[in-house]
Amino acid sequence: MATVSDNVMKFFRSSSNQTAESAVPHKLTRRSSGMGEISRLLNSQEGLCVLDMGATSANNIRFFTGKGHKNYSEDLLRSSLDPGLRTPDITGNPVLNSKKFLEENLVYANAQFDVVLCWNLPDYLEESLVKPTIDRLWSVMKPGGYLLAFFHTRDAGPDSICYRYHVTDSDMLEMQEVKFTPPGRPASEKQSPRLQRVFNNRHIENLFRDFASIKFFLTRDAIREVLVVR
Amino acid sequence: MDAPQTGEGAHIGKSVVIKGELSGSEDLYVDGNVEGKIELRNHSLTVGPNGNVKANVSAKSVVIQGKLDGTVNASERVELRKSAVVNGDVTTQRIAIEEGAFLKGKVDIQKEVGKAGTTSL
Repeated sequence: MATVSDNVMKFFRSSSNQTAESAVPHKLTRRSSGMGEISRLLNSQEGLCVLDMGATSANNIRFFTGKGHKNYSEDLLRSSLDPGLRTPDITGNPVLNSKKFLEENLVYANAQFDVVLCWNLPDYLEESLVKPTIDRLWSVMKPGGYLLAFFHTRDAGPDSICYRYHVTDSDMLEMQEVKFTPPGRPASEKQSPRLQRVFNNRHIENLFRDFASIKFFLTRDAIREVLVVR
Repeated sequence: MDAPQTGEGAHIGKSVVIKGELSGSEDLYVDGNVEGKIELRNHSLTVGPNGNVKANVSAKSVVIQGKLDGTVNASERVELRKSAVVNGDVTTQRIAIEEGAFLKGKVDIQKEVGKAGTTSL
C-alpha cells in the first residue's frame, strides 16, 4: 500500500537530489506573445482583477498593482501538494481529494477576474484536478476575461524544468526554476516538480471547450502559449 | 528583522498561546500562537519562524517568517521572508517577498499619502 509520502513523491523529479545546485537559481528570459496581448488589455483599462496562479512573485505584484489593477495570488501547484488533501480510497491507497481541494482553493465570487495567469500549471497539476480547476476558473472569470496558459510540446521531455514566471516588461518574462521540499523531507532536499503529461492541441481545445475562443502562439522553446477568452 | 534584542519591544515566545485582542505602543515579536486581533498602529510586528498567528493584523510594518492566517494592514511595509505562509489579504504601501514565501490572497498597494495628491488604488 502506497503511503501519502510515496504518493506525493511521484510529482517530483527523481533525478533532482541536487542540494548544491539549488544554491544557484536557474533564471532565463523569454518573450511572450500571450503576455503581450494581456499587457495591451492591462494598459487600456484600470481597476482590473488579476489572478496569478504561479509561485508568489513580488515582481508580478508590482507590475499589476503599478498599473492600477488588483492582484490576487494563489500558488495552486504548491497547494495541491498538501498531504492533508490525500484521503484513502477503498483499497486504502491515498488519493487526492479534488472536492476538498476546490473547497479550500480558488474560492472566489463568480465572474470576479478579468485576467487569469495559469502559466504552466495544467502541465504539472495532478490529472484529477486539471478539468475541475479549469471549470472553476471559467466560473470565477468575467465574460470576455483572458486566461494565459503555457503547455509543453512533445519535444519537451519528462525532465523539463518547471519554471515560475516573473513579468519584467509588457511581453517579457523571467523564468526561474521552481523547487519544493516534498512533505516529510528536510528543507535542504528541494526538488523540481515533474511534468505530468503533454497535451496536444485537441486536448487543449477540449479542456477549454466552454470558453468563447482560444488562440495558440507557437514558440521556439517547446512551449505553446495559449490565450483563452471566457 | 530577526529576533529582537532585549529592550527593543515585547516578545511572545514560542511556547506562549494567546487568544484575544493584542494592542500596544511598542514593537512586537511573536514566535508563539496568537488567535484574535493584533493592533500596533505606529509600531512593527514580526512573526517569527515558529509563530502561528490567526488574526487580523494592523501595524506600521509587518515582517512574517512564520504562518499568518488573516488580513494584514501595514501603513508602511510588509516583508514576507522565505519561510512565510500567509493566507489573507495584504494592504500596504510597499511589499517585499523573498523567494519561497507563500501568499494566498489579494495584495492592495496603497500609494503614499502626500505624493502628488495620489489616493489609494
